[in-house]
Parts: sequence; structure tokens; C-alpha cells
Amino acid sequence: MGSWQQHLPILPVVLPLLTGTVLLLISETRHRLRATIALLATFAQLLLALTLLAMTDAQLPAPWHGEIAVYSLGNWAAPFGIVLVADRLAAIMLTLTATLGSAALLYSLARWERAGVHYLPLFQFLLMGLNGAFLTGDLFNLFVFFEVLLAASYGLALHGSGVARVKAGLHYIVVNLAASLLFLVAAALIYGVTGTLNMAELALRVQTLSPDDRTLFDIGAVLLGVVFLVKAGAWPLNFWLPTTYAAASAPVAGVFAILTKVGIYALLRFETLLHATGSPAPFGGEWLFHCGLATIAIGSLGILATQRLERLAGFLVIVSSGTLLAAIGFRGTALTGPALFYLVSSVLGGGAFFMVVEMVQRNRAYAADLLAISFEAFGLQDPASDTERPDETVGLPIPGAMAFLGLTFVSCALLLTGLPPLSGFVAKFSLLAAAIAEAPGGSSLPSWLFVAALLLSGLAGIISLSRLGMRVFWSGERSTPRLLWVEAGPVAGLIALCAILALAAGPATDYFRATAESLHNPAAYIHAVLPAYAGGAGE
Amino acid sequence: MEIVFALAIGVMAGSGVWLLLRPRTFQVIIGLSLLAYAVNLFIFGMGRLRVGAVPVIDPLKGSSPDLYTDPVPQALVLTAIVISFATTALFLVVLLASRGLNGTDHVDGQETGKE
Repeated sequence: MGSWQQHLPILPVVLPLLTGTVLLLISETRHRLRATIALLATFAQLLLALTLLAMTDAQLPAPWHGEIAVYSLGNWAAPFGIVLVADRLAAIMLTLTATLGSAALLYSLARWERAGVHYLPLFQFLLMGLNGAFLTGDLFNLFVFFEVLLAASYGLALHGSGVARVKAGLHYIVVNLAASLLFLVAAALIYGVTGTLNMAELALRVQTLSPDDRTLFDIGAVLLGVVFLVKAGAWPLNFWLPTTYAAASAPVAGVFAILTKVGIYALLRFETLLHATGSPAPFGGEWLFHCGLATIAIGSLGILATQRLERLAGFLVIVSSGTLLAAIGFRGTALTGPALFYLVSSVLGGGAFFMVVEMVQRNRAYAADLLAISFEAFGLQDPASDTERPDETVGLPIPGAMAFLGLTFVSCALLLTGLPPLSGFVAKFSLLAAAIAEAPGGSSLPSWLFVAALLLSGLAGIISLSRLGMRVFWSGERSTPRLLWVEAGPVAGLIALCAILALAAGPATDYFRATAESLHNPAAYIHAVLPAYAGGAGE
Repeated sequence: MEIVFALAIGVMAGSGVWLLLRPRTFQVIIGLSLLAYAVNLFIFGMGRLRVGAVPVIDPLKGSSPDLYTDPVPQALVLTAIVISFATTALFLVVLLASRGLNGTDHVDGQETGKE
């Protein structure tokens, strides 16, 4: 085994950090050089992620046992040093981040990159924060990576400036700063009670707490859960989300589609690790399930009510978060695998949708719109007056732009509402099938609630998407937008990936099921991180 | 000492939350800062309050854990201070941009009624 392979888990963090730093040092005027460096680094991250994905699917090479790669920073052994843990779930999330990141970066090179300064470095730091959050095995380290990705996302959300962005960004920053402070309180409380921040050791220590300490630990866990739910966009903590996502520039909003899934990832990780110890309130159980259902309901109402495609995309993100929360909170473990499939499919589809929406709106003749008056009545801004958009200068326009836009719009609609033939259907179908299969066992009410919520939210999505789609594509009196290859390519690529995911649903489902199984067997995780404690892990 | 410490955290967190819910951006940023102080003290307190104990091992004093205070919360506090300082500075920039673009310091960018 090559020695570089041993350092593989840290590379997804180090590479964007170095790239971002280098990009900061190169003058903003050297567009081509900067773009090349950023693109190469992002593609390299994709390769790294794919390597990890392939590695964690099989027996790992020498220094590691089993299927979980552990990297001790500074070679300090686990409970004392910080560890990075690359298991199947982390590898999936890394691959998803790098895929979406590559697409959004390519898309932004056409023009958004020039709408302000430091776009490329911030983008790399966002990727670093995401990768780190998915890899780390330490609670406080998780906080640090959350802050890295949030700090970068504040900058990116404001990229391009303008009244709407600053207004939405202000709320976004305040909400997330408050959530970060809660995260700190939670981490301190958990450390104060258990004396450890290592997630694997935490799972062991919690079992031996005295009842008094256990109460304190549960309070810490509740606070932690609230933080993750804020990030995941769960109702009632998600009022900032549609506004911020609608105001952000298209490639940024596209990559933000995965930000909410960081919260989902963290919930899933802690839920499965702490499950054996009797999950504290916010992780798993009835509570999370109902929270997810409420999120789906509010998201669906938002979908039906909204008059703007950008906000519609934001509400679709909320619905996908709600679906995932309900699936994680669903009793039993049968829904975890399908939920991961749904996560991947909805992130790819959602990211593509944000970019499609921007392309569709580009040359839209708003004044000719039938509903212009109602826009005015609701005090909405006329996007045609948006003058800060830089001129497109790079690349060649594609022919048949309208046909392309129509096709991608319909594909995204199919993906996000879960209609055949793309991966959204497979994801939703497997979720429904798993939920119905659970029904005859115990009380069947949760199953039917889940099925109803999923189908009704899909219906709301279809109604709203077809209504807005008709208005956009058939209302006439609009010029054909000019699209560039570099913009159309990534969107087509993301949708093609979803089609491949649907075609390869068999192997993909197997991988996700294996991921779910290893998640619900935390003993393997604990054993990989803390070989010395293996006996106490209850294997 | 514990009572004073707890009261300090409580007063700062209480004032911070109240200010955070006010409609002016300046009040919000002061509220966030106060909350951050409260949280930093809280983290510090999670290492248990000790007088005259150092966190770093001193060869002359020996290695008994009784002689030392827990170093981890102090390291955490340091990180938390740096991060909250940086994010507050960033928020200050956004606050000024919002004031400049909207001509008002209301958090919604526009005055509502008589407030």
C-alpha cells in the first residue's frame, strides 16, 4: 500500500484549504489562471471522494481494519487526539459535495464568478468546511468545521451584493450565529458531563452516566439537536431558508442545496451512535418523525403559495429536509437506506433546479407578465430591474436554448416531485415501500401518515411547478435566453447523473443499504476509532 | 464564587437574548456579543471552577491531576472566542452594508409602523 493512501482521509480537507489560500494570493484580474486552479482542485476532490467511496465498500488496506478508515491527526491516539473517520456515509456525502461543487463551480465561471470579489477562495473554504464536517469524529471539531462552512456561506450568500441579498443575508447570519452559540453550550455541557468530545467515546461513556449526569447530558443533546435542526431547515426553525436561498446567486444557491443536508447528516450520525444508550429526545423516535411531518406540511404550503421560482426551489429544499427528518425519525431502521438514496437524488436535483431557474428567468420579460400586477401588490421586486448582473463574456452560446431549458425544467420537476422515470421516483418509491412494509407490524398510523405526507407534498410540487412552468414557458412575449455551454453542461450533467442513478438503482440501493447497516451497527465505528475499548462496545 | 459566576452568565445571557430580539441591528450585534461572552464563561465553567490551579503540567509540581485544572475547556474557550470575534466582525460589515443600502438600521431593512 502506498503511503499516500494512508493520508487519504485528510486530503479532502487539506486540498481545498491550500487551494483557497493560493487563490487568495493570485490577483483577481487573472481569471483564467484562477479558474483553472479552482476547477482542477475541485475535480481532484471529486477523484479523492470517489476513491474513498470505492475503498470503504471493500476491506480496507493495511493500517485499518474493516470498512472504516480512521485518521489520527498528529498521530495522537483516539480519545486524546482528534480523529477523522471515513466510513460509507462520509464517503457518500463527500462524493455528493464534490459532484455538486464541480457543477456549481463550472456554472459560475460563465459570469457569476465576476459579480464580486473572492468568490473562488470562499467556494473552496465552503467545500473544506463541508468535507471536514462529514469526516470529523470529534464533537468540537464538528463545531469548527460548521463555522468554517458557515463563514464561507455568509460570504457566498452575499456574493453579488444588492439590497435583497444583504437583507436576507443579515437574517441568515443572525440565525446561524445564535445557533452556533447553542452548539457551543451543547458541546461544553456534554464535555462537562462525560469528559470527552470524541464521538465514539461519547457513545461508550453515556452508558455509564449517573442519573443526574444523564439529565444534564440529555439537555446538552437537546440543544445539539436544535442546532442540527436549524441547519437542516426543520419547521419551525426554517423561516430564513427560502428568502436566503432565493436571494443568493444561482450557483451558490445550487451548492447550498447540500448545506441543509449537513444537519441531516449530523442528526443521523448522532442518532445511530447514541441509539444503543437510549436516544436522547431530538435524535430518533416519535419526536423527530412529527417534526419532519410538520416540515413537509409547511414546505408544501409554501410551495403552493409562492409566486416566484426561486422561492419555490427553497421550499422544495425544505420539503426534502422534512422527508429526510421523517424518514430518520421513523421507528425501525428500514427507512435509512432509502432515505440516503432520496438524499442523494434530491440534492442533485435541487442543485440543478436552482441553476435552471436562473437560466429560465434570465431574459424574462416581467412587464409583459400577466401577473405583474399581483407581483406589485405583494411588494415583490421586479427581477428585470436587477442591474448588477455582469455581462456574459466567456464561452459559446448553445443552440436550441428554449428546448434545453424546457427539458431540464421538466427533468428537475420530475426529480423533485418523485415522478418516473428519473431517480426521484426510485427514491420516493423505495421510501414508500419500506414504510408500507413496516405497517402490519405495530401501529400502522405512522406509516400511513408518512405515505400521505410524501404523496401530498409531491402533488403540491406538481401543481406549483406546472403552474409556474406554464407561466414561464407558454406566456409568450419573451426573448430566448442566451445560454453558454459552460452553464448548460453542468446542469445537463447533474440531471444525467440522476438518470444514471435511476438506471443503476440496484447497485446504488445495495450500497445505501450497506451504509445503513453499518450506521446501525455503531460497535464497528467505535471499534475502529477506539480499538482498546472494543470489549466494552458490546459487539 | 459559583453564585457570582452563575449570575454573571445568567445576566449576560438574559440581556443578550433580549437585545437579540430587538428590531435594531446595533442592538442585535450587542446582544450576540453578550451571548457569546456568556457562552464563553459557560464553557470555562464546564472545566469546573478552581482557584490557583494551572492547566499546563509543571515539572516542579509533579503530575498528580489534583494539582491541575482541566485544560480542554480553556482550549475550547480560546477557539470559541476567536470564532465569535471573527463572525461578529463579519456581521458588523453586513450591518453597515444594510444601513448604507436601506438607509435604516431596522433588521428588516424597512421601518414598520411606529417602531
